[in-house]
Amino acid sequence: MRAGEELPPLEIPITRTLIVAGAIASRDYQDVHHDAELARQKGSPDIFMNILTTNGLVGRYITDHFGPAAVLRKVAIRLGAPNHPGDTMVLTGTIEEVDGDTATVRVVGANGLGSHVTGTVTVTVPSDTVLSGGA
Amino acid sequence: MDDELGARLKVYEGRAATLTGTGRDPVNLPMIRHWCEAMGDTNPAYTGPGAIAPPTMLQAWTMGGLAGHEGRAAAHDEMFALLDAAGCTSIVATDCEQEYLRPLRPGDEVTFDTVIESVSARKTTKLGTGYFITTRTDVRVGPELVGTHRFRVLKYAPARPAQQPPPRPRPVVNRDNAGFWEGVARHRLLIQRCTACAALRLPWLPGCNACGGPDWDTVEASGEGTVYSYVVMHHPPFPAFDPPYAVALIELAEGVRIISNVVGVPYDKVRIDMPVRLEFRSYDDELVLPVFRVREEVAV
Repeated sequence: MRAGEELPPLEIPITRTLIVAGAIASRDYQDVHHDAELARQKGSPDIFMNILTTNGLVGRYITDHFGPAAVLRKVAIRLGAPNHPGDTMVLTGTIEEVDGDTATVRVVGANGLGSHVTGTVTVTVPSDTVLSGGA
Repeated sequence: MDDELGARLKVYEGRAATLTGTGRDPVNLPMIRHWCEAMGDTNPAYTGPGAIAPPTMLQAWTMGGLAGHEGRAAAHDEMFALLDAAGCTSIVATDCEQEYLRPLRPGDEVTFDTVIESVSARKTTKLGTGYFITTRTDVRVGPELVGTHRFRVLKYAPARPAQQPPPRPRPVVNRDNAGFWEGVARHRLLIQRCTACAALRLPWLPGCNACGGPDWDTVEASGEGTVYSYVVMHHPPFPAFDPPYAVALIELAEGVRIISNVVGVPYDKVRIDMPVRLEFRSYDDELVLPVFRVREEVAV
């Protein structure tokens, strides 16, 4: 674990099922996340992923890489281009800073429209479980 | 100051949005499992006897769900009512910053307080014009702070008014065809005629296809014609049109042809050689187009 290290990318197909399942699992019943017709009436071309699902996927991306002993301390994300069905989001990450067993990782999720999410995750990886580098 | 609403919204900064809200359910394994299934998260830390909840679920434990929120303070409802009344009826989340102080475990019962941290000045975005509202939520189990959650939403008036279909495209009018469109505006379908060789032509062109002569006059079409050929448009859909619809090539009695729509029959009843008669249809305040109606004696 060192500054500058890049995490392997994670490709996430944005299916209608993922958007709806993520919205319901996060108890977000806003119509724009499950009802295409009402989403269109509100000016969106289709339903789009809710921020809680994006947050969950960013968390998963980090713990997938650092393993089950990794402890998430902070997740801060900003949304840009929406995730609509049929798109693919590719999550990439770069370790920006390492302080003892805690790393700050810059995460970007890009889809066909541009940058869906940019953010920073702070994660602690107990030293006896630190991966020797990448997956 | 023209942002009067912005000034009224500013007053809500620092006020409570939720006072001692209570999670609808204690932290529990079924909701954790549903979350992990949706996210495709197979982290073993979230299963088994020592399971913790995925930290990013923090907000999920505070969601009102279909039953709505309990414990919402008056300030929150008042502020949202002001925004709704001003046309800012849509909402989209833009930022989420969470800090996790200790993992949540099945059985933990969360409570939370939310404060309206800031309200932006009026902003115009690609989605529409509105206000960014930032809240901060402290999540507790008993007296212990377990996480904080800063959340920013844009509450906005959608840029595109809902359900207003875009207008039909306008014809491209230039000096070579202006006379044709002037005729249409007066409900006359004018055919160009070469003054050198008398050949008729439609659409209008700067010169004669038969002899090359540049000079012309016009004859008015009688309005009688037949369907020479047609296609049915299914895809791609253009915003101003409602597929499927028939686009027909009409042969006029004078022998020239024009592309138009056939009206008075469903798209799938248009046939080659169908007799049709010219009429003029207004599509909006400015746009009149020649269309062809199936003659009554053959209408289906």
